[in-house]
Amino acid sequence: MTLTQEEVLRYSRHLIMPEVGMEGQLKLKAASVLLVGTGGLGAPLAMYLAAAGVGRIGLVDFDTVDHTNLHRQVIHGTSDVGRPKIDSAMDSMREINPNVKLDRHEVALTSENALQIIADYDLVVDGTDNFPTRYLVNDACVLLGKPNVYGSIFRFEGQATVFAYKGGPCYRCLYAEPPPPGLVPSCAEGGVLGILPGVIGLIQATEAVKLILRVGEPLVGRLLLYDALAMRFRELKLRRNSECPVCGDHPTITQLIDYQEFCGVRMQEPTNNVEIDVLDLKKKLDNKEQFTLLDVREVHEVLIARIPGSTLIPLGDLEKRTTELDRSDEIIVHCKSGGRSSKAVEYLRKSGYSNVKNLTGGILAWSDKIDPSVPKY
Amino acid sequence: MAKVLIPTPLRQYVEKKDSVEAEGTTVGEVLLSLTGAHPDLRKQIYTEEGKLRSFVNVYLNDEDIRYLEKDKTAVSAADVLSIVPSIAGGA
Repeated sequence: MTLTQEEVLRYSRHLIMPEVGMEGQLKLKAASVLLVGTGGLGAPLAMYLAAAGVGRIGLVDFDTVDHTNLHRQVIHGTSDVGRPKIDSAMDSMREINPNVKLDRHEVALTSENALQIIADYDLVVDGTDNFPTRYLVNDACVLLGKPNVYGSIFRFEGQATVFAYKGGPCYRCLYAEPPPPGLVPSCAEGGVLGILPGVIGLIQATEAVKLILRVGEPLVGRLLLYDALAMRFRELKLRRNSECPVCGDHPTITQLIDYQEFCGVRMQEPTNNVEIDVLDLKKKLDNKEQFTLLDVREVHEVLIARIPGSTLIPLGDLEKRTTELDRSDEIIVHCKSGGRSSKAVEYLRKSGYSNVKNLTGGILAWSDKIDPSVPKY
Repeated sequence: MAKVLIPTPLRQYVEKKDSVEAEGTTVGEVLLSLTGAHPDLRKQIYTEEGKLRSFVNVYLNDEDIRYLEKDKTAVSAADVLSIVPSIAGGA
């Protein structure tokens, strides 16, 4: 393998560094990296790994670009809204560096396809946004012996490390099990500083490039914590757990499992008798029926958008303020998209409120189907 | 007495503070006095049986207490405890 004249020019600032040089640049050209997700973390990762000259990059994503992505997913532009993310990402990467071979995996990574997809790459970078896929990526990487460059973000905080590298620890060594659904908010629920995935994604990109070049000290056995508010990096020790079910001395997980079930996601499926859709809510309001419309979002969300006539009790305060609600009333609970409100419904039902329903799809559905003047966020 | 660093997702349970001082000479005692003063935090990091939840790690300085003496790990005034829960965001 050699570099073309165009590539020699393009990578000249790499080529003149002793740590990369021609040998390193050829290693990058020969390397293949799988990026799982082209969102907040995936965007800077994809752009910089393409620019750096990684020879083959696989992208896994099946989502489409929407307006709420644009404050952080810099690989997608305003004119890309509505397009598949994978198309938009591939266009940006080709513009940055047409030498890179791009593989398109427009699918959800599942227990059925993960091993086959991952086996074709030297290393994996995890830019996903949910626990089931993170455990799936981890287990598949351990089973295949592929390094897994990990990063995750929340509001102003990020974590990064390299899992499953040469006998090092894996994600399950760090956290044996995921939290129950709903307990740890996602970025869609809790928000994220737009710049944060740039910082964490580029730490992942740096580690990926170092692993390919075999230079420096990889972020193995160390969990890097980043706090943007304090502007502070910290490092915690991370060890392989000899009792880890997947990478321990006597593993009990020797093939991929059902990760939705493992993460308890299926249990969260709403049951029909506690759901009400926005059309029925609108009818009730129009008929001036007597009921309480309970909004369990946070105060700062109400400032963005609200459904007229609602009563606000943030989910975190509900236990303390339950007595403000009347047991004999019909109560319809809503939040942004239906997750927090279903927890509130479950709690209220356990507390003896029998006539409680969850507004399916939350205020986002209200904006879609009833009143588009209510802003979506 | 030790300083306990509180991560973003749990700050809502400790009056939005990023660190809290708590009494105790072992990790277990410090966490007990911390969660005694902030009962909402207790539900987040302990199971109903009183076990630390499996998606919450506690570090004494930079060491995971699972590899020290867990709850019985001695804590001095100069030590910093960190509670580090699992986060999954990335999109």
